[in-house]
Amino acid sequence: MTEHTVKAFDEDITRLRGLIAEMGGLAEVALQEAMEALVKGDDELAEKVIRADKKIDALESEVDKLAVRVIALRAPMADDLREVIAALKIAGVVERIGDYSKNIAKASRVIGDRKKFEPLTLLPAMADVAGEMVHDVLTAYAARDAVLAREVIATDEKVDAFYNSIFRNVVTHMVENPATISAGAQLLFVARNIERVGDHATNVAEMVHFAATGTYPADEDA
Amino acid sequence: MDQRSPISLPGMLIAAIATVAGLGAGVDPWLAIALLIVWLGTLWLAGSNPPPPRERNDDPPISRDRMSVLIENSSAPILLLEKGRVVVANRSARESLGQHIVGQDSRVIFRQPAAVRLLDRAADGSATIKGLVRRRDIWRLNHQQLSDQLAVIELVNMTAEADISRAHTDFVANASHELRTPLASIIGYVETLRDDHGDLAPATRERFLATILAEANRLQNLVSDLMSLSRIEAEKHEAPSTQLALRQHVERAARDAAGPDRQHRLLIEGTQDFTIEGDARQIEQLVRNLVDNGLKYGSESEAVVVTLDEAPSGDARLTVRDFGDGIAPEHLPHLTRRFYRTDPGRSRASGGTGLGLAIVKHIVERHRGRLDITSKVGEGTCVTVRLPSSKPDKAAVS
Repeated sequence: MTEHTVKAFDEDITRLRGLIAEMGGLAEVALQEAMEALVKGDDELAEKVIRADKKIDALESEVDKLAVRVIALRAPMADDLREVIAALKIAGVVERIGDYSKNIAKASRVIGDRKKFEPLTLLPAMADVAGEMVHDVLTAYAARDAVLAREVIATDEKVDAFYNSIFRNVVTHMVENPATISAGAQLLFVARNIERVGDHATNVAEMVHFAATGTYPADEDA
Repeated sequence: MDQRSPISLPGMLIAAIATVAGLGAGVDPWLAIALLIVWLGTLWLAGSNPPPPRERNDDPPISRDRMSVLIENSSAPILLLEKGRVVVANRSARESLGQHIVGQDSRVIFRQPAAVRLLDRAADGSATIKGLVRRRDIWRLNHQQLSDQLAVIELVNMTAEADISRAHTDFVANASHELRTPLASIIGYVETLRDDHGDLAPATRERFLATILAEANRLQNLVSDLMSLSRIEAEKHEAPSTQLALRQHVERAARDAAGPDRQHRLLIEGTQDFTIEGDARQIEQLVRNLVDNGLKYGSESEAVVVTLDEAPSGDARLTVRDFGDGIAPEHLPHLTRRFYRTDPGRSRASGGTGLGLAIVKHIVERHRGRLDITSKVGEGTCVTVRLPSSKPDKAAVS
């Protein structure tokens, strides 16, 4: 991006990008740790994930304030405006990703005996794919890389396929072992949350694409 | 000042001209000569004692430019931050983290919470962070605060060490089981044959010997696969540097894998050639493994299509597509694990070692590429390998 005559404007945008990246980093770790807590049954780690979500929320409101300030004071145009609008939207979505991780951590505390649960082995693989999407989309945001953003969008199919297969798997498991129904229902929520993380990573990817090129990927394909 | 002639030539000339002019103007000759002597004497004194060379300033402040020159060729990625913004990044940093990093907020590059905390504290220290360049790598970040506003960050890649210790345990756990099974069956059959006192039918003997041969062959394949896997793993962290015309290697290896019997099922598409930095033997092994898998698991009546074309990112894209039963989605994430089989019986029956895709994955990783496997049950599987191409026109955005 070219430098602006008003140096403070440059600084504001750089700071905005920094805040988004920091939020993203926290959300990425939150998802990893929530899954680790779920698989190992580590309640302390789950607590930590739940507490860490507050930090993401605080950062989101900071992004909001800064973005509104930039729009009010500097009246940005063209790619600068896109950058600020995208930051505003991405912050909201990343905050949601943090919330889903928090939900997973909460569900982890409810699930009892993990040994008997076969579907539990599939969830980390699914979270791995979703985690990779989050990682890649944040890298795409940092590098303003529209090509990588498109790749992230394409990966969402994999997460959806995982979700369907896990859904069937867990339901079958619950039918056969009625004693595990409450834990199984929690696992379904977890799978659902991971699937939503994938969807939200796709949303971020669309906005990264928009901020970088001015079009949404769907417009170009049409 | 010239050291050898103590009196400069122009000085002497001016003195001479002044004396002659003085004489011409009717000045007393003695006075003129005395003046000349004083003049030349002064020049001589000044000339033979040049002022001492000025003392060099030994300790100039290190400017940002000097600093960037100093660190530019260091092999470790080094960054200079000013007020939390990257102002200088050396070549190694730009190569591993991307060309965009200069001018960015440090958090855009180091978004990992541990790194953010360290940089926020504005104190010297270090942190270990995961997923800086690729998702699973481990880096050590050393942070040194130079002044209120300036800080230096040095990065050390720790992935190799972490990988080695993990690989050892994995290997022992997996390999011992896989090696023991064929050995047990060989020993069993050989013992039976040795204890035979002529009461085994010749047909049965033949069948036993055939099984022993098959198991021994399997063992041999397994050992050679294991060896190439560990060789590739050992070299994994040094990127190959030989320039390679990709197309000829792909074609040769694909034909090689199909062999004379299955040649008619092989279809090679695409006309574009790419120059990549690669290891010819490993690239050929990668193609051989993928084509062999495609032929083995694809339907007998369908072709395996090998395509070499350009990815939207400008990289070389190699696709191997088969039309067969496909792979269920829950297996996809595990396919590149060693000895992972979606259908153990079938894989062993067709002579698979369970290492083919693990080898492919490691070769792709070593070439800094990307491996993607997509599959639909009932339709077939498509394996895509993207390798960074060193073609000059690389920046095309789709």
